[in-house]
Amino acid sequence: MLLALLLSAAVVTLTLGRSYVPITDVLRILLGGEVPGATFTVEVLRLPRTVLSILAGLSFGLGGVAFQIMLRNPLASPDIIGISSGASAAAVFAIVGLSLTGPVVSILAVLAGLAVAMLIYGLAVRNGEAGTRLILVGIGVSAMLQSLISYVLLNAPAWNRQEAIRWLSGSVNGARLDEALPLLTTFIVFGLLLLSRSRELETLRLGDDMAAALGTPVSRSRIVIIISAVSIIAVATAVTGPIAFVAFLAGPIAAHIVGANGSLLLPSSLVGAVLVLVADFAGQFLLPARYPVGVVTGVLGAPYLIYLIIRVNRTGRAL
Amino acid sequence: MAQGLTARALVAGYGDALVLDALDLDVPQGRITAIVGANACGKSTLLRALSRLLKPKHGHVLLDGKDIHKIAPRALAQKLGLLPQSPVAPEGITVLDLVGRGRSPHQGVFTRWTQRDDEAVAAALEATKTVDLANRAVDELSGGQRQRVWIAMALAQETDLLLLDEPTTFLDIRHQVEVLDLLHDLNAARGTTIVMVLHDLNLAARYCDHLIAMTAGRLHASGTSEAVLTEETVRQVFGIGSRIVSDPVSGRPMMVPIGRHRVDTTPAQNEAMEAMGQ
Repeated sequence: MLLALLLSAAVVTLTLGRSYVPITDVLRILLGGEVPGATFTVEVLRLPRTVLSILAGLSFGLGGVAFQIMLRNPLASPDIIGISSGASAAAVFAIVGLSLTGPVVSILAVLAGLAVAMLIYGLAVRNGEAGTRLILVGIGVSAMLQSLISYVLLNAPAWNRQEAIRWLSGSVNGARLDEALPLLTTFIVFGLLLLSRSRELETLRLGDDMAAALGTPVSRSRIVIIISAVSIIAVATAVTGPIAFVAFLAGPIAAHIVGANGSLLLPSSLVGAVLVLVADFAGQFLLPARYPVGVVTGVLGAPYLIYLIIRVNRTGRAL
Repeated sequence: MAQGLTARALVAGYGDALVLDALDLDVPQGRITAIVGANACGKSTLLRALSRLLKPKHGHVLLDGKDIHKIAPRALAQKLGLLPQSPVAPEGITVLDLVGRGRSPHQGVFTRWTQRDDEAVAAALEATKTVDLANRAVDELSGGQRQRVWIAMALAQETDLLLLDEPTTFLDIRHQVEVLDLLHDLNAARGTTIVMVLHDLNLAARYCDHLIAMTAGRLHASGTSEAVLTEETVRQVFGIGSRIVSDPVSGRPMMVPIGRHRVDTTPAQNEAMEAMGQ
């Protein structure tokens, strides 16, 4: 069902836009054919954008829900607890401060993401228990990193600043197909690693003690899950910028669709991809002005965040 | 070589604080054992150490002579089950799905659900009388029903040993007795060795074959209810005077605490109580 939804969203973004290209023409172009007047639109303008949106969405959705399940809290998403901010800060510094591009930026983003994850974890964990403290520490670290990003931006040359700000709001403008390769590779490698831990993640939802009782090596699982999820998130962030709230929203939406039983990893990965595709399409064509995708997902995510905080306050639990 | 679950010179604790102090313990196989003691005497810590949740600082916990920290986690989980004090059920999860998760130590990374798993879950639901609840969401059940569901999950794990940390806390008396009856059935039907931390001394004495009384991180006394539940032990372990009488229902010893008030010391009463004690 979700896969069908994703496919139709992809078809819509490939066929519709400033001009309409029939699906038969799109298919012919994808298979290497030439359609006068449409090949450029589809191959250069739309396809890279669609591919990158899907990959980034899959990555954010998967990495986000892995954290939410592992820490048993929807607020524990990487974009709330500062891991995305860490990756962003490193990427902004690399792009603006060091004028770097390509894989180096991704690697720096991953390293920074992991460093932030370790920092939050180290500050929050006491006697092997983290819970809510981790989220509070994460929000604090996130705020610190945001100010660091502002500092880097203020010291950047003006011509770079514009580009960096657009990137920071999360955008797939000017996507190129060659950017997709590192994203695809990371997603496959670490995505499979996460999926292979899916049974362990499911036991972690019952609490760390119960997970251990069911034979999950809790600390080792946690390390693998953190490294995989952070890598996926950080590489996607380095390519598209931190598309606001996709990691945060995908899991809960997927849980709503497929219910609490069974693994949420794949469903929320797909939800993430649909979210980015639809939000980017809306940002380009459905709104009065053109907005980067992150602005649209931000508008969607903020009310949900508020709702969640109110609900967690009232019931003390969620997800 | 020692069979079953044993602890040798076990020292364990949290951070720098040592809770267990060179403790030796042999869990009797195929029996029901209860660990009792005052608050903060190390009961739960002992259970955590026995179930590998807490790594000993010194000494060992052995299962059939092998250090449990040297057994692969999944292999250990096929032999030793644990029900922690307050497990969390994911929101909206159904009873059937939760109980099914008890099968996870029997499944590989990508292996599918087998008929064997189905049978184990069905038997667990049957034994705990939760078949009718199978499709209900766990968070809408009552406390007593929920505890039965968690026990069903532990049963689905099909371990020879089951450790439970205060399985009757937060339950009213009817559900406490129901849970203990259920564990008794399990022990009788499957021969499962059961070790649990219990607060209620009298229920512990009634339902357990073996009683362990702890003080300050050590075993103070262990043995049958009759041997352990004495006025002397109660004074040393809980710091309170008591009378031990015979439980009119089970014939096992039953402890009646003596506080500062509401103590009737008329000779007739004393004699009546004395008589019951014999």
